[in-house]
Amino acid sequence: MSVEAREARQPWILLSPALTAVALLLFVPLLFIVVYSFWLRTATGADQVGFFLDNWQEALTDAFYRDILLNTLKIAAITTFVCAVMGYPAAYFIARSKGNKAILLLLLMLPFWISYIIRTMSWINILGVSGAFNSALLALGIINEPIQMLYNETTVILGLVHFLLPFMVLNVFVSLDGIDTNLEDAANSLGATRWQAFLQVTLPLSLPGLAAGGLLCFVLGAGTYITPLVLGGPTDAMFANLVFEAIITQLNWPLGSALSLMLLGVLGVLVLIYNRYLGMAQLMKGLG
Amino acid sequence: MSSVTLNNIVKRFGTFTAVHRSSLEIPEGAFVTLLGPSGCGKTTNLRMIAGLLDPTEGEILIGGRRVNDVPIHKRNLGLVFQNYALFPHKTVAENVAFGLKYRNVPSSDIPRRVQEALDLVQLPNVGDRYPKALSGGQQQRIALARAIVIEPDVLLLDEPLSALDANLREDMRVELKRIQERIGVTTVFVTHDQSEALAMSDQIVVMSEGRVEQVGAPEEVYNTPASEFVAHFLGASNILAARCALSGGAVTLHEKTFGTVPIPAAKAPRITSEGPAKLVVRAEKLVLSTSPAPEGVISVPATVQTVDYQGQSVRYFVQAGDTQLQAINMIDGHPFAVGTKVNLHLRPQDCAALPG
Repeated sequence: MSVEAREARQPWILLSPALTAVALLLFVPLLFIVVYSFWLRTATGADQVGFFLDNWQEALTDAFYRDILLNTLKIAAITTFVCAVMGYPAAYFIARSKGNKAILLLLLMLPFWISYIIRTMSWINILGVSGAFNSALLALGIINEPIQMLYNETTVILGLVHFLLPFMVLNVFVSLDGIDTNLEDAANSLGATRWQAFLQVTLPLSLPGLAAGGLLCFVLGAGTYITPLVLGGPTDAMFANLVFEAIITQLNWPLGSALSLMLLGVLGVLVLIYNRYLGMAQLMKGLG
Repeated sequence: MSSVTLNNIVKRFGTFTAVHRSSLEIPEGAFVTLLGPSGCGKTTNLRMIAGLLDPTEGEILIGGRRVNDVPIHKRNLGLVFQNYALFPHKTVAENVAFGLKYRNVPSSDIPRRVQEALDLVQLPNVGDRYPKALSGGQQQRIALARAIVIEPDVLLLDEPLSALDANLREDMRVELKRIQERIGVTTVFVTHDQSEALAMSDQIVVMSEGRVEQVGAPEEVYNTPASEFVAHFLGASNILAARCALSGGAVTLHEKTFGTVPIPAAKAPRITSEGPAKLVVRAEKLVLSTSPAPEGVISVPATVQTVDYQGQSVRYFVQAGDTQLQAINMIDGHPFAVGTKVNLHLRPQDCAALPG
């Protein structure tokens, strides 16, 4: 075998374990879901094998699904915006801090050591009727009755921000950390104030990180079902809750499959748009 | 164009003192080099003049005006960095125009001013390109154009040539000096490269460990070093322990290898009393020869120990008695072989004396 052929084969040899895992654990199950979505659940509860478009017709035309999908995208968008506004200054602070960058990054990672579900449920201890916040207000005599703060759209967004903020901070941090601090000094020396230098130089150069963080927050936020389940009220279901409902509660796998593919399609389009303009490389940087 | 004055400046980072109390006067229009090894405080000084660092004590004046409390964006300085620091998301023309936008320059004038600056650095046709499309040397020229287009009071250059390769560095050295002379701007240049300092400067400020060791014209600093550090840092020197005798203004050193060496008063400005002293012998002033010494030249027998051939010159290490000496000689033909018995010729007027 020639040297060239050997060198050409090497990446594939190294990639094959990962590719095998991805193929078996992701693409094959996904294919099952695609097939399932064309089956039909009959009144008896059995799945009828075949090629039926009923699930797709229901998913795509029923206003109920459309409204929840739009609401899901809205919640994801608000969450992403809040994460960007809160995360950017934090990322800037970490990127510009001299000695303790590693410690600050470690602190940022710390929440990941605790299950996402536990972290979400912790808000019940804080905002619940007998939670810390209400207890404090009662003890101070500011209120006489505990206030119901949980189980609405705001607490869903709060929970999502809590969950997704580190992803935003990390992505923006990676972007900011790669910007030479001399650039801001140069802008200052040329007459720009610190704020002008930030707007003219640092912000535009960090936009790829902001976009990567935004995409991650949006996609993860739009696909979640645990946060609305734990922190949302009866009317705060997000799209993934419908999938959960169809598959786990109603055992209607064909409809659940169609719904989950629908969400996958919408988010997939977003990722494609992102990739068209910014490329996946930036996202990979942020994840690494 | 303005003079720059540092008055009793001290800079401490926590418990570490980066710049010990020092004062410095940089005349209007001069090209002054802060020279020293890394960590000597030269960049700290530059950054304090720029306003990127605040001095712990003392004051900084630019054009006679105290600027300690003037933020960097109001100091009107041109700053050039080692890594160019061009804005990667802006074109070359936008980079050069950046400072003009903050200076009430009518927007109709900006393209003309940008073009003049690009002409001055001899890159008139790259305005539409992005920095990454240019070579390192070209990027540094653009950085220079960006710094001088704003007509700064002072031009601050932080090791601007260090990132370039050797040949380009020498070209840029000449180019930089030409531009500086043309626009006549007061320039503070930071480098660790002695040949850059010697070639370009009106004045050299040699620094070591946060202290100013010597300030002077290049020839003065080179020929009459004020300290052992300066003698070693600029060129190669042999520094030998000696005893000094004064008689009616004349300085005479007694050293065990070279014997009695009369030193011209100009080469011993820091000798004030008799006693221990140092004899400074530049490596290139020590000439290896097999012929007898002419009148007035000291001659000492020695043996060649190491030969470091460098083409037009050669560096020898020779043993004279129990002293090892370094000599750098221009050669024509073959260098002396190891083990050759030679005479070391030294003219006393080429030596300098330092207090012991």
